Amino acid sequence: MTNHWIDIANSDCIFIVGSNAAENHPISFKWALRAKDKGATIIHVDPRFTRTSQHADVFARLRSGSDIPFFGGLIRYILTNNLYFKDYVVNYTNASFIVGDKYDFKDGLFSGYDAEKRAYDKSSWAFARDEAGQIRKDPSLKDPRCVFQILRKHYDRYDMKSVSDTTGTPVDDLQRVYQTYAATGKPEKSGTMLYAMGQTQHTVGVQNIRAMSIIQLLLGNMGVAGGGINALRGEANVQGSTDQGLLYHILPGYIPTPTAAMQTLKEFNEKNTPVTKEPQSANWWGNRPKYMASFLKSLYPKQDLDTGYGYLPKLEPGKDYSWLTLFDQMLGGTFKGFFAWGQNPAASTANSNKTREAMTKLDWMVTVNIFETETGSFWKGPGMDPKKVKTEVFFLPCAVAFEKEGSISNSGRWMQWRYAAQKPSGDTKPDGDIIYELFEKIRELYAKEGGACPDPIRNLDWDVATQHVFDPHKVAKRINGTFLTEKTLKVGDADKTFKPGDPVPTFALLQEDGSTCSGTWVYCGSYTDKNMAARRDKTQTPMQAAIGLYPGWTWAWPVNRRVLYNRASVDPQGRPYQPHKAVIEWKDGKWVGDVPDGPWPPMADTAKGKSPFIMTAEGMGLIFGPGRNDGPLPEHYEPMECPVGSHPFSKQRSNPTALKFTGPTEVHAACDPRFPFICSTYRVTEHWQTGVMTRNSPWLLEAEPQMFCEMSPELAKMRGIKNGEKVILESTRGSLWAKAIVTERIKPFTVQGQTVHQVGIPWHFGWTWPVNGGDSANILCPSVGDPNTGIPETKAFMVNVRKA
Amino acid sequence: MEWNRREFLKIAGVTTAATAFGGLGFDLRPAHAEAQAAKLKFTKQSTSVCCYCSVGCGLIASTDKDGQGRVVNIEGDPDHPINEGALCPKGASHYQLGQNDRRILKVLYRAPYADKWEEKSWDWALDRIARKVKEARDAGFVTKDAKGRTVNRCENIASVGSAAMDNEECWIYQAMLRAMGLTYIEHQARI
Repeated sequence: MTNHWIDIANSDCIFIVGSNAAENHPISFKWALRAKDKGATIIHVDPRFTRTSQHADVFARLRSGSDIPFFGGLIRYILTNNLYFKDYVVNYTNASFIVGDKYDFKDGLFSGYDAEKRAYDKSSWAFARDEAGQIRKDPSLKDPRCVFQILRKHYDRYDMKSVSDTTGTPVDDLQRVYQTYAATGKPEKSGTMLYAMGQTQHTVGVQNIRAMSIIQLLLGNMGVAGGGINALRGEANVQGSTDQGLLYHILPGYIPTPTAAMQTLKEFNEKNTPVTKEPQSANWWGNRPKYMASFLKSLYPKQDLDTGYGYLPKLEPGKDYSWLTLFDQMLGGTFKGFFAWGQNPAASTANSNKTREAMTKLDWMVTVNIFETETGSFWKGPGMDPKKVKTEVFFLPCAVAFEKEGSISNSGRWMQWRYAAQKPSGDTKPDGDIIYELFEKIRELYAKEGGACPDPIRNLDWDVATQHVFDPHKVAKRINGTFLTEKTLKVGDADKTFKPGDPVPTFALLQEDGSTCSGTWVYCGSYTDKNMAARRDKTQTPMQAAIGLYPGWTWAWPVNRRVLYNRASVDPQGRPYQPHKAVIEWKDGKWVGDVPDGPWPPMADTAKGKSPFIMTAEGMGLIFGPGRNDGPLPEHYEPMECPVGSHPFSKQRSNPTALKFTGPTEVHAACDPRFPFICSTYRVTEHWQTGVMTRNSPWLLEAEPQMFCEMSPELAKMRGIKNGEKVILESTRGSLWAKAIVTERIKPFTVQGQTVHQVGIPWHFGWTWPVNGGDSANILCPSVGDPNTGIPETKAFMVNVRKA
Repeated sequence: MEWNRREFLKIAGVTTAATAFGGLGFDLRPAHAEAQAAKLKFTKQSTSVCCYCSVGCGLIASTDKDGQGRVVNIEGDPDHPINEGALCPKGASHYQLGQNDRRILKVLYRAPYADKWEEKSWDWALDRIARKVKEARDAGFVTKDAKGRTVNRCENIASVGSAAMDNEECWIYQAMLRAMGLTYIEHQARI
């Protein structure tokens, strides 16, 4: 989230799309309703009428997988009717940038496409530069090669009729949504966009979010109270686990993982440190070498930086290591061993039958969980003969959240400390102790016996326990960072000397020379003279109280900033666009309110002022985004499995760069009469993720005991299915039973003049428990993914439904 | 006077136009306050945060002081500025994660081709896992890639997980995996 949960109450218009916040983030919805009480409008766009729709002032249905046409139509509406916030667009976005001569877009393909590699050479998307290397601009936004005009041309094709034909949304409903939301383009109004997996689990997932970002920039909704792009994340610490770099492509704090093409730290820094010629750009990532050095020192404080860097594994350039690829490789026999730590991939991975079979190719699997899972017990699951499964499985039982101490980070980036309320049950241990003890044993083996490349293991600073018990405070201090050698630095206007072991108070003081360590630079400032995440101080200034800001309650990364990009909430003189709900204000030569995005004066000070989007090299919001793998502007492509043979926007039916695999289960049904219905997966209030915790909680299981499929009365009639009857769902990958819920919450769509049906299923069930509860929805889902992130397309695929 | 929930609802049911307490002709607040005080007297309170979605609602866990030191109740934290004491059904069922006869409380092991789990000790399991990790890593470690560049990769072990861990646990987990040279490191955020 750029903003935070309480901030939703500050909005004038709440646009919820690809999320059922009322049912899946119920407490968050209180803040949406509070905004509504104050006169805000709630828009809900979804294939299905839910409790969120029930509270919405405007509800519009769209067919799963047609979000970009929906948003493209909105972009066109905003531009055609001059409803954008002109000053904001000119001053704070790249709308005025001139795009280079080589950029082109023809019939669904951007320039630079290589059909053989199914990938783009992105160099033709670069901006035009003058002799001094500065980007050429036209602040009048009239140059036909400026981003604004390219945007206009690109979305000119997204007229109401083409959009409605594709999304299945009636034109009147489109009109209502567009008109309502575009009204937030007035400087004094703010609109927020709330989304969840309904936006991301698509082969165009990243471009769905890009489309929303473009809309928010055009309307001046980024950085303001009640604005922003807000992901309603689904796991208590999925924000934190991402921040801590538990993904193949990033180290902690969003530092890219080194590749083999970066053999030395110097090469790494050269390739990963953006430079800018824009005079007012802060270019914050220009500090990356300091963060990388501090990370290396957090692992290897006693080794010099080059040695520590040399220890890190280097990815093969261009090779994908992401989730779907991992399981494809597992099926191919790449792995001897596998850790499924606090996760249930046998139920959570698209194409579950493939995933479960892949697990039979392992020599061993270690799985850590609270309850039995479909993963740990895969060898005795449906269709498995244990006598034929070689995999050795270790199930390590772990403590639950309130049996240990530590911090988690919510979607609003609040790092919140939790305390142990009881001792771990039975023989269970906190995950921290299991990791600590396991690696102690691995270290002992390498110390005793040597082995392949032992130094990175032997030299890792493994001081993470106190008296052989995992110590979260010790680790939290290391994540924050400390000085390793004495250092005198300028703090404000005065010199301050820091001694070895002193916490680094803020990441602005992290060093490139190895004199500081910081495990995760964005968390620098979280554990200084005290544990900031444990704070419970609700003191506010009147300005903070007006927008529900609690700067003394826990701690938010970065530097306790609660609203990101907040320098865009003020005009170039530092005056809030929305004085009644100001986030920051430049007053008497300093900022008041939230922690500003950097200490510099506002932009009108051309010598010292900085542009608001400090994490982009140019300092501007990216309407044109030349870094993505599938194009600089969102373009409609159908899901890999879809009910139409073509669409009105181009001849390119599906995303030409989507992540795909080959094999017997990788057959995709497009316009295939055997699989005529669109299917989407979702959640219910009483269950969570694969259901491991909630299916095993009796109160929750009683409320939602088994797998179901929601369908329209029209579809039910056509297939002779009655409410409550058992049905079979089938895709090219597998089949599944469910109880039919025949409901008017689901209605057929009219797409290109044809009636198209959609059904919906929850994904919380699994064969281990309860008995006769059903199995995972992911059995049906395809293993295809977004070309930027690899996230699977589990929100739009094709199935058949029949009476069991 | 003591009233249980069922009796209370019975009375409330016949006084249809009544407000919550007003229609009963007496005030339940003192009884409510006494119940609260009893809870505080025999339990220790600690704060926590919900383990389900990412809203981050505050919890208060009450732990039995005199008995087994077990959690006897978990409710919303009224001081927490996000949830202001409220919880959804999942958050409200937290207690059942701590007291639950379906929890797995012992280390379990499934031998190759076996059709059942066996209980094992932590030491036995961690020793064997450490040995398996070392065997795999030593056998498959890739020091240089095809182009002769140093890569230090352990490509025959993969890991997924976990957004269910605390920040501090996630951090040491990635440190361990990267020190061993793993490149296939993924978790919930990808899916």
